[in-house]
Amino acid sequence: MLGYIIRRILAVIPVMAIVAVFVFLLLRLTPGDPAAIIAGDMATPAQLERIRTSLGLNDPLHVQFITWVGLLLQGELGTSLISNTPVTSMIGQRIWPTFNIAVLTIVLSVLIAVPMGVLAAWRHRTWADYAVMAFSVLGFSIPVFVIGYIFIQVFSLELRWLPVQGYKAPSEGLWAFLSRAILPCLTLATIYVALIARMTRASMLEVLGEDYIRTARAKGVAEQIVLFRHALRNAAVPIMTIIGTGFALLIGGVVVTESVFNIPGIGRLTVDAVLARDYPVIQAMILLTSALYVFINLVIDLSYTFFDPRIRY
Amino acid sequence: MLRIQKTLNQFRGHTRGAVTGIMAAALLAGTGVATQALAQEKTITAVMHSGLRVLDPIITTAHISRNHGYMIYDVLVAVDENFQPQPQMADWTISDDNLTYTFTLRDGLKFHDGAPVTAADAVASLKRWGEKDSGGQLIFDVTESLEATDDKTIVWTLKEPFPALLDTVGKQSALPPFIMPERVASGSADEAVTDYTGSGPFVFVEEEYQPGVSVTYRKNEDYVPREGAPSWMAGGKEVKVDTVRWVTMPDAQTAINALLSGEIDYIEQVQIDLLPLLEASEDVVVETRDDLGYQTIGRMNFKYPPFDNKKVRQAAMMALSQEDVLATLIGNPQYYKVCGAIFGCGTPLADETGSETLTSGGDIEGAKKLLEEAGYDNTPVVLMQPTDVVSLTAQPVVAAQALRQAGFNVDMQAMDWQTLVTRRASQAKPSEGGWNLFFTNWMVPEINSPLISPMLNGRGDDAWFGWPEDQKIEELRAEFIKADTPEKQKEVAARIQAHNMEEVLYIPLGQYIMPQARSTKLTGMIASPVPVFWNVDKVE
Repeated sequence: MLGYIIRRILAVIPVMAIVAVFVFLLLRLTPGDPAAIIAGDMATPAQLERIRTSLGLNDPLHVQFITWVGLLLQGELGTSLISNTPVTSMIGQRIWPTFNIAVLTIVLSVLIAVPMGVLAAWRHRTWADYAVMAFSVLGFSIPVFVIGYIFIQVFSLELRWLPVQGYKAPSEGLWAFLSRAILPCLTLATIYVALIARMTRASMLEVLGEDYIRTARAKGVAEQIVLFRHALRNAAVPIMTIIGTGFALLIGGVVVTESVFNIPGIGRLTVDAVLARDYPVIQAMILLTSALYVFINLVIDLSYTFFDPRIRY
Repeated sequence: MLRIQKTLNQFRGHTRGAVTGIMAAALLAGTGVATQALAQEKTITAVMHSGLRVLDPIITTAHISRNHGYMIYDVLVAVDENFQPQPQMADWTISDDNLTYTFTLRDGLKFHDGAPVTAADAVASLKRWGEKDSGGQLIFDVTESLEATDDKTIVWTLKEPFPALLDTVGKQSALPPFIMPERVASGSADEAVTDYTGSGPFVFVEEEYQPGVSVTYRKNEDYVPREGAPSWMAGGKEVKVDTVRWVTMPDAQTAINALLSGEIDYIEQVQIDLLPLLEASEDVVVETRDDLGYQTIGRMNFKYPPFDNKKVRQAAMMALSQEDVLATLIGNPQYYKVCGAIFGCGTPLADETGSETLTSGGDIEGAKKLLEEAGYDNTPVVLMQPTDVVSLTAQPVVAAQALRQAGFNVDMQAMDWQTLVTRRASQAKPSEGGWNLFFTNWMVPEINSPLISPMLNGRGDDAWFGWPEDQKIEELRAEFIKADTPEKQKEVAARIQAHNMEEVLYIPLGQYIMPQARSTKLTGMIASPVPVFWNVDKVE
C-alpha cells in the first residue's frame, strides 16, 4: 500500500511537467497581450513595447520558460502581470470560498442523493423510483444559473430570508457564512444530487440482484442492514468515483455559480486571468487544478480498499 | 475601533481553513459585540463598472484606475463642471509673457504616511506623468525647466507659450497628474508603482485589497478640504462616511438584486435593458450623473487598401447611420444622442460640420457612387468584432450590414477584446493578421480637445492604431496649441472638425450615457464623469 502511494505520488512529477510545458506554450501561442490591458486604450505602440520589455515579455520563449520553472522549483508562483500581486496570495484569497462551498455542496449532495438512490433501487419501478428519476432528469436539464436566479428571487427578494450574494468566511460567524453559502450550495447540489442519485440507483440495482443479498434476506437480516451494510458498501466504488470527480470539478471552479452569487472564488479568478492574458495566474491555476485532480484520484483509489476488501494494491 | 477590526482581520487571516473556520465560528460567538461596534460605521458599498486590477493610475488609461486615483491622490489643479481649471492643491500665478507658471501649495497638505506634501513631490509626479500622457508630452516639448524652488513653490518655465497648460494639468482624463511622494514618482514610468501613499481624501486599505473582487478605502482623517462646493474634480472634497468599498459583480442581474435587497448602495453603470427592474423600486433612484457620456467611434487602417484611399473612407462613412448604430447598441433613445461633433456634443468645442449623412441616417446610394468613382476592386474589409464586451458588440454588426449594402466586401471576424487590442497593434497586412476597421468607445472628456483626442494624431507610425500620415492635422493641432482665447480655439477646432470629416481620420458614431442607480439612503452625490465619493452621506 505504502509503495503504491509513493509510486502514485512520484507519477505526479512527469504529469505536472508535461502540463507545465503544454500550458506555457499554449498561452504564448494564443493571441493577446497583457501589456495592452495594462496600458489601456490610449497607449501608443512605443509605450506598449516599453511595458512589454519591463514585464519580460520580449525575452525569448526559452528564457521566459526557464525563469518561470526556476521560480516554481523554489515554490514561487510569480507575480500577476496585471495587478502586481503575488500569485500565491491571490490564490490564497480565492481558494477558500471555492473550497468551503465545494465541501458543503458535496456533503449536502451525498446526504440527499445516496438515500434517494438507495430508495429508488429498493423500490424499483414504483412511484418512488420514478420520482427520483424525474428529479434527476430535471436537475440535469435546467441550467444552473436559472436555478440560482429562481432561488434568489424566492428566498432573497420575496421572502427576505437570505442575502442575494457575497461570501463571508466561517470565521466571521457561522450564520454569516451559512446564510451566504446555502443558496449557491443548493443550486450546485441540484446537479450533483441528480448525478449521485442516478449512480447510486444503478449501482445498487446491480448489487441487489446478487446472490449474497438474497442469502442475507433469506437468513432474516433486517432490511436496512441488507441495504446499507451489505448492498451499499458493495455498490460504493462507482459512487465514490463520481463523488470524487464531482468534488474536483467543484474545486476547479464553478464559474457561473460564482458569478451569479458573487463569490470571489478561483473559477472567476481563472476566467479573469484568461481574459486579461495574465500568464502567471493562468499557469498557476492550471498547475494547481491538475495537481488537485491527481490527488483526488489517489484518494478515491485508496478509498476503494475500504469499501471493497477484495481490492489490494 | 480600528484595533478591533485589525484584530478581526488578523484572526480571519489565521482561520481561513474550512474545518478550522467552522470550529472557530462556534468559539467566536463573543464577536457579536465587535460586529455591533463596526456596524455603526458608515460604509458605502458600490459596484463599479469593472474590477480594479492596475493600481498605478499613471501607467494605464483604464477608467477604473483613474477613478481609484481620484480616491487616494490629489491634483494640483482640477477642471470644474464649466470646463474651467480651478486651484486644488495649489494656487498659481502666470508671468506677463505667459512663459512662467508659479504654483504654490496650500497649507496643511499631508501624505497618508504623515509626511508633508512638498513641491519636490509635485515636480517628480508631474515629470513621471509627462512621460506618459499625450497632453503632458506636448507641454514638456516646450518646457524649459520645471523646478521646486522651495518646499511650497513649483516654477514651470516654458520656451514658448502654451495657453492650454492649466486645462491640461487639470484634466480628468485619461491621465490626470496625480501627486505622489517623490520616492514613488521618481521610479520608471513604465513600471507600476507598488507604494500607494497619496494625499487624497481616502486611504487605500492594502491588506483588504483583492484584485478584481473588492477594494476598500477609509476616510483620510488628516485631509483638509478646499473651501467651496465640489464641482467635478474641483472644490471642497469633504468625506462624510468612514469607509467606501468597491466591489466587482460580473453578473449585472446579481448587482441589481443586491441593490434591491439593500446589500449594496450604488451601481456605477446599469445595463439599460435591466432598468425596468430598478425603476419599480421605491428604495432605489435611477439617474444619470454624467450628461456628456461616451462617444462611440469607428477607426480605419490607413496603411492598407481599401482604406488607404480617401474616397473609399468617405464612402464607408457615407454608408453609416448613427441612429442605426445607437438604436442597436443602447435601444432606449432617452440614453443616446445622434451627434456629429468629433469633440462631443455639450462641450465648448462642439461643431457638427460635415456629419450630415451620419446624423441623417446614412446615404447608401451616395456611398455606392463614391465607391465606384474610387475604383474599389472588392478588396476584403477585415472588420474586427469583439464578442465579450457588451458595449462593443453591436457596432460592427450594424456597420457590416451598411457597408455590404454599399458594395463593400466585408470580412467580419469575431474575437475576444484582448485578441482585438493585440491585433489592432499589428501593422501586418489585413490578410496576414492585420485589420481594416474596428470600433471602440471614449468618454467624452477624453476626446473633447484636439490636444488629447488620440485619433487626431497624424504622425504615421507614431500615431494611434490606424497610423494616418496627415501633415495638415498636425499643423492644425499646432495652431490650436497657440490659440490663446476661447474664440480662437473654437475657430481652429471647427477647421479640425471639417478636416476630420473630409479625410475621415475616424468616424464619430454618436453619444450615449450610462444610467447609475443608488439607494435612497445615499445623499449628496455630485454630477461628474468620474464617480466620486466625497460629499456623499449615507442616512439610515
